[in-house]
Amino acid sequence: MSARNALCIYRKELTEWLRDRRTLISTVVVPLLLFPLLTAGFAGVAGSLLEKAKTGAIRVMVLGGADSPAVLDELRQLKDFEIVPAAENWKEQISSKNLRAAVALPDNFQTSLATGESAEVKIYFHQGDLKSSLDANRIEKSLKEYRDRIVRDRIAARHLPDSLLRPFAVKQENVAPAEKVSGAALGGLIGYMVLLLCMTGGMYPAIDLTAGEKERGTMETLLTSPVSRLHIVLGKFFLVLTASLTTAALSVASMGVSFLLVGRNAAALHTAQSADAQALQLHVSLASAAAIFLLVLPTAVFFSAAMLAIALVARTTKEAQSYLMPMTFLVIIPAVAALLPGIELTPRLAVIPVLSTSLLIKEIISGTYHWNYIALIFASTCLYASAAMFLAVKMFQRESVLFRS
Amino acid sequence: MIEARDLCKHFHDKKRGLIRAVDHVSFTCQPGRIYGLLGANGAGKTTTLRMLATILEPTSGDAIVAGHDVIEHPERVRAAVGFLSTATALYPRLTAQEMVEYFGRLCGLDESTLKLRVDDLFARLEMDSYRDRRCDKLSTGMKQKVSIARTLVHDPPVMIFDEPTLGLDVMAARSIVSFIRECRDRGKTVIFSTHVMSEVEKLCDSIGIIHDGKLLAEGSLADLRARYAETDLEEIFVRIVAPLAPAEASS
Repeated sequence: MSARNALCIYRKELTEWLRDRRTLISTVVVPLLLFPLLTAGFAGVAGSLLEKAKTGAIRVMVLGGADSPAVLDELRQLKDFEIVPAAENWKEQISSKNLRAAVALPDNFQTSLATGESAEVKIYFHQGDLKSSLDANRIEKSLKEYRDRIVRDRIAARHLPDSLLRPFAVKQENVAPAEKVSGAALGGLIGYMVLLLCMTGGMYPAIDLTAGEKERGTMETLLTSPVSRLHIVLGKFFLVLTASLTTAALSVASMGVSFLLVGRNAAALHTAQSADAQALQLHVSLASAAAIFLLVLPTAVFFSAAMLAIALVARTTKEAQSYLMPMTFLVIIPAVAALLPGIELTPRLAVIPVLSTSLLIKEIISGTYHWNYIALIFASTCLYASAAMFLAVKMFQRESVLFRS
Repeated sequence: MIEARDLCKHFHDKKRGLIRAVDHVSFTCQPGRIYGLLGANGAGKTTTLRMLATILEPTSGDAIVAGHDVIEHPERVRAAVGFLSTATALYPRLTAQEMVEYFGRLCGLDESTLKLRVDDLFARLEMDSYRDRRCDKLSTGMKQKVSIARTLVHDPPVMIFDEPTLGLDVMAARSIVSFIRECRDRGKTVIFSTHVMSEVEKLCDSIGIIHDGKLLAEGSLADLRARYAETDLEEIFVRIVAPLAPAEASS
């Protein structure tokens, strides 16, 4: 009878929830569309801008060089270089973004090159302007290639081996598996999103089912039924939990698919930069997903019960929103803290709700399972969840809360 | 039957201190009769009825409703009571039928009994034309009928009405009054609170006059008229409460 009552209330709340257009938009439509649009849109726009900046012709002004015609000829032949006539106001042109960069050749540069004297070529650019910085880098690269060619010619003229210049090569190579690379890059973000959405997904139902019912006058109707207050809380709590987990699950699934597609596109487009593209791809195994779900479950229980208890104190939905808003910050701050580099799990951090779960999710996505921490965090979060649940039940039994006027 | 014994309900207010909303109230309501609780706003009517419906717990005292103790077995009491007030609203996103069925299930009815009851109520109250319409799309009169069906779905022996006609238009109020009378005719114990004298005169077999949380007078309309040598109920009411609240009575 008792379980039947809680189930009956849950089913009714679910029916009303699914019929609420605002709920469907915030819980289903927004999470499903937001991430694909955000990632595809952002990646697409950023990609095309970068592509354009990297491949277009470089308009470069050469300052000086009247005494070095051979060098100027060499510069004109460099790939993608479009030399524009020197102007006195070149600094202004760069500052106002009319010109991206200028190259200043020293006096008698051609003679210096012929005699083997050292000289300095300066590249002027607009720091902080992405296009100007990219062009300055490309100019530097081209000039270095030109310099290397001169060096190679000099070595060849003296019949010396190439290895004289490069006694050894240095190369960085990643040995970490792909899931650890992507975990480090995206694990913190996933944990942050899961926890934040767990809370925001349950917030509206928690308000609607408590302060909303008081405001509409249906709370008293429900209290006239022979159902115990405990079963009323349970029925309502399970709906808030459902909303919370649904939002988080849909958002994460949508985010995962978005990253996967963007990562694949990036890999297909830039095979040379496949390492970067790989970092965008999530490698979350089923075991990791199950472990994350198990960890998130008590956190979602904690959020749902706490939000129910807090929102019940309010007389109106507006009042409930103002009570729950600070709770958003209490979740965002520790969740963001887990994103910071260098913050690792310690026994002390493992008992801080939200932060500990967020850090652990990051570890799990990277493929690292600290079983002692998993047990400690699961147990401590269960404890917080039980306390929040106890508080919610107590609140529902307090007349001063239910009939606050 | 309803038997209230020395019921008290105290609240604590930060500004006003201890408030005795209901102060040692005792009365009895018999099956097949309507007991009217008459009082001004803030007299303690709603609090008394909420205690009888076990929505609030008495600070002291006790009550037996349909044979069940309100403190010992509040859930059994609620299963035997139909509670209707203007504060008991409907769920906007449920249809009329879903609303009534929901409360039938919460009252423990099995599906076959529930179907029979719902069909019977919708036919009796002439609600079939809008049984699948959402409650937020119903008129005030339709909503009132859905609320009535909700209180009757489990066929409770006791009916509690807390100012059920408050804010209703004449036609909706008339249908409520006739529904209360029908409940009495079916042998239910009915308690009804109001501050409208005409409703008391029309409906009540016994009257309890409540003021400032205290039950000041009790009896049938004829008893009260004889006791105060006055035929007008309003005059009787003023004479009973005036010594305690002269300003309120004169207003």
